[in-house]
Amino acid sequence: MTVVVEKTEPPGGPERTRPVEEPAPAAEPRRISRSLVIGVILVVWLVLFAVLRGRQTLALAAADLTGLHRWFNDVNDSIGANRDTNPLFLYFFNEIRLVIDTLVTFVRELISQPSDARPLPQIGWLGVVGIAGYVSWAFGNWRVALLAVAGFTFFGLQGLWQESMDTLALTLSSVLVALLFAIPLGVWAGLSDRFHRIMTPFLDFMQTMPTFVYLAPLTLFFLIGGASATIATVIYAAPPAIRITAHAIRSVPETTVEAADSLGATRRQALLKVLLPMSKRTVVMGVNQTIMAALAMVTIAALIDAPGLGKTVVQALQSLDVGTAFNAGLSIVVMAIVLDRVTTAASTREEEARRSKNRFLAWRRPLLGAGAVVTAVLVFMSHTYVWAAEFPGEGGLGSSIASAADTTTTWVQDNLSGVTNTVRDLITNGLLNPFQSLLTDSPWWLVGAVLIALGVVLGGRRAGITTAVCVGLLVATGMWSDSMTTLASTVVATILVMLLGVVFGVWMGRSRLVDRMLRPSLDAAQVMPPFVYLVPFLALFGATRFTAIVAAIVYAAPVAMKIIADGVRNVPAATVEAATSAGCNTWQIITKVQLPMARSALTLATNQGLIYVLSMVVVGGLVGAGALGYDVVAGFSQGQLFGKGLAAGLAIVLLGVMFDRITQAAARRTSA
Amino acid sequence: MARQARRWRAGAAGMAVLGLTLTACGGAKVGDSSSEAGGSSSSAKCGTFNLAVNPWVGYEANAAVIAYVAENDLHCKVTKKDLKEEIAWQGFGTGEVDAVVENWGHDDLKKKYITGQKTAVDAGATGNEGLIGWYVPPWLAKEHPDITDWKNLDKYAAKFKTSESGGKGQLLDGDPSFVTNDEALVKNLKLDYKVVYAGSETALIQTFRKAEKNKEWVIGYFYEPQWFMSEVPLVKVKLPEYKAGCDADAEKIACDYPVYTLDKIVSAKFAKSGSPAYDLVKKFNWTNDDQNVVAKYIAVDKMTPEAAAKKWVEANRAKVDAWIK
Repeated sequence: MTVVVEKTEPPGGPERTRPVEEPAPAAEPRRISRSLVIGVILVVWLVLFAVLRGRQTLALAAADLTGLHRWFNDVNDSIGANRDTNPLFLYFFNEIRLVIDTLVTFVRELISQPSDARPLPQIGWLGVVGIAGYVSWAFGNWRVALLAVAGFTFFGLQGLWQESMDTLALTLSSVLVALLFAIPLGVWAGLSDRFHRIMTPFLDFMQTMPTFVYLAPLTLFFLIGGASATIATVIYAAPPAIRITAHAIRSVPETTVEAADSLGATRRQALLKVLLPMSKRTVVMGVNQTIMAALAMVTIAALIDAPGLGKTVVQALQSLDVGTAFNAGLSIVVMAIVLDRVTTAASTREEEARRSKNRFLAWRRPLLGAGAVVTAVLVFMSHTYVWAAEFPGEGGLGSSIASAADTTTTWVQDNLSGVTNTVRDLITNGLLNPFQSLLTDSPWWLVGAVLIALGVVLGGRRAGITTAVCVGLLVATGMWSDSMTTLASTVVATILVMLLGVVFGVWMGRSRLVDRMLRPSLDAAQVMPPFVYLVPFLALFGATRFTAIVAAIVYAAPVAMKIIADGVRNVPAATVEAATSAGCNTWQIITKVQLPMARSALTLATNQGLIYVLSMVVVGGLVGAGALGYDVVAGFSQGQLFGKGLAAGLAIVLLGVMFDRITQAAARRTSA
Repeated sequence: MARQARRWRAGAAGMAVLGLTLTACGGAKVGDSSSEAGGSSSSAKCGTFNLAVNPWVGYEANAAVIAYVAENDLHCKVTKKDLKEEIAWQGFGTGEVDAVVENWGHDDLKKKYITGQKTAVDAGATGNEGLIGWYVPPWLAKEHPDITDWKNLDKYAAKFKTSESGGKGQLLDGDPSFVTNDEALVKNLKLDYKVVYAGSETALIQTFRKAEKNKEWVIGYFYEPQWFMSEVPLVKVKLPEYKAGCDADAEKIACDYPVYTLDKIVSAKFAKSGSPAYDLVKKFNWTNDDQNVVAKYIAVDKMTPEAAAKKWVEANRAKVDAWIK
């Protein structure tokens, strides 16, 4: 199963899967009784809700604060007031900042920003394109090299060369810093079970805590600009590399390690000569995930003055300029796809080279040398001559793409808003509102008890304990009512994600052609900054909770589709053939054979879908979802709400942990 | 043998490329132009000017004009930093921000940074007057003229119902960083409305734009000066008149928002630095109309802030000269 996961990991998203431990045996009669128990729980809940409605709901008004929130505020203020005198700042944070700032400035002066003595960066567009092509070819193959050259040229043609290079510089610096920590930590977590257990909650925390929460404190610690943006990106982007490295080390077959041991290898030798080389391929996939996560931070980091494409997107949003935002968003997507394909090709290069005979192998060394010479020449020219340093032309392609995007959105807005309003009202009134009032108007202890009971039934005793702890902490954050509102939208969004996931996933899983057609748009949907499509969505659905749900679906459905598609494809062909010869029609094959056999993929898709939906809560807060998302944004914008925003961020993390543990445990049970 | 021949061939190809490029390509070299010698001596006097740019177009208009004048007349090196208010003020203390050039009230920040940490000082008014309040789209005000008085709002509450407002009328609020008393106002004026948070200015503008286009019922928080007013001139709803002190207790507010005198805040260090940029910021003063013109250039005509500032400065040389005298 973990192999499946690796392949389907989307660009841009957090990698959150762990190898599933040995499945608990689950007998058929027990499953039936389990759904019966769930039914009973729900009926009891409905009855008690009817009786106790509106009591002990722990609601908190928008401007109200609890003691905890005030305490967070005080801590924040005292840090700000003492930052110039505190030795921790003078000798620790300031030093870190200096190092990272130097790195970022160096990379930027290399490819994107004029340095003091020069009006242009050291390496111009021709050199960068040359390097991108050469490196892609050397580590990947000529096909991805072509893609890289085309992609980089596209940035220039769009008139966004400098912005793209700023984004690239920031991404490269962040990934470099992230890997510096992530690889050793990942190796350690791979070797030691104890360290792995300690690390996991921290990694969960780093990935689910909304970035908005720590953006403002980071500028307090590391000042405004490149260094803070880099550190924010590192916090978000390092966990996938740590997790995947650990996983890679763990998946090296035990017999191989034992063989090394029996040959008298020391621990160090075993690590350097056996474990690391054998897990190299998977580690590169971790690097890939880190790059994608870093790119996902581009627009958010722009809020603390990070340079690059994100800034263009955010600024265009202020004047509702969809075309310009789309333009810049498209460059981010192209960059993500290029980097994704190049790193993926790099991870499989040796294998492919081995397969594709030796005809080219003899040529490879001299060709590499010649390529290096050509690249050096290109770099030299782009350093020296203006035409090779500054991208020529006015970026006409960009403005035509922008106006096309504008025309399209206007057409969609004018012609579809009738339909979309109907859909919105149907789902809001039929599904969201009843569910939300059930969650927010029931007494908190009732909802808490139901959640814990569901946790126990679905995930077992340990999941139940986790749920109980999370419920307790949620109450302690003072954000109970808002958490329940968010929970309602999250569950509704996840249901819709799973519906889409099953429909498209099965379709993709059954046909290679459909898969190949859909996959690029799925990648794009995941990497396109949500800020870009918020404006058209607002026009279609208004500032409502439903708009937030739609935005979450755009981000989360592709993951579910990809996982389910792989699950369906992995159903042994022999089984499907047997069913066909037994006279099953297509519908019966899907519902009786393929979906049941892909059950573990379905639970995994639910898990990932939920987590991805949850990571869009803050974006939802920007378009009318209110609740936790709004609280987090408010905490970022207003000093006196800082503590409340932090508490809301913690509540989102707690919801995430709760979901994750229950669905993982449930997945372990059903995969029996 | 064969392998060696190939290597030779590859090497020769590389050399050929190198030779070609060195001979055939020429053109201007980076750093050739000598036109930039002029400004350097006076730029030393002004130095670097770190200007915060808060995320709304009106502010961007102020910043664009100030930056343009500082760069072209005073030869400063202007670094613009895109930041939200809270973080911009934080930057005064850390030395990363020199000036905020359109501040809306924010008494809490003034208390924290001006009187508390003493890292910031007031640099006077921008000349702009800020209005905050409840607005309706023009078509609505035209068809139901009495809607512009708060006393009649309850009559229309049912029309403003949405999927979000739980059976009451919806009053749409915007970005969480906006100054707002709306929840208290609805409660204390006993209106049959619910405040719904759109969460961003973008969401607010898009809602009003669509409401005017499709004649939908929308009432919401808005403010002037704002470029969007030149596209859709929203109509302000009258609330009980503001009297000094009526907003002293946040829980009990039942009066309109005051007219804000928008002002400029600079870091204490910058104020003492003797930089000509500081004098410019201090003297900078213009009207709401001036700002709206520049904001419209940026938001509606899609000019870059620099181009928009240039256009306005060239048309209003006298005003600008008064700032840099």
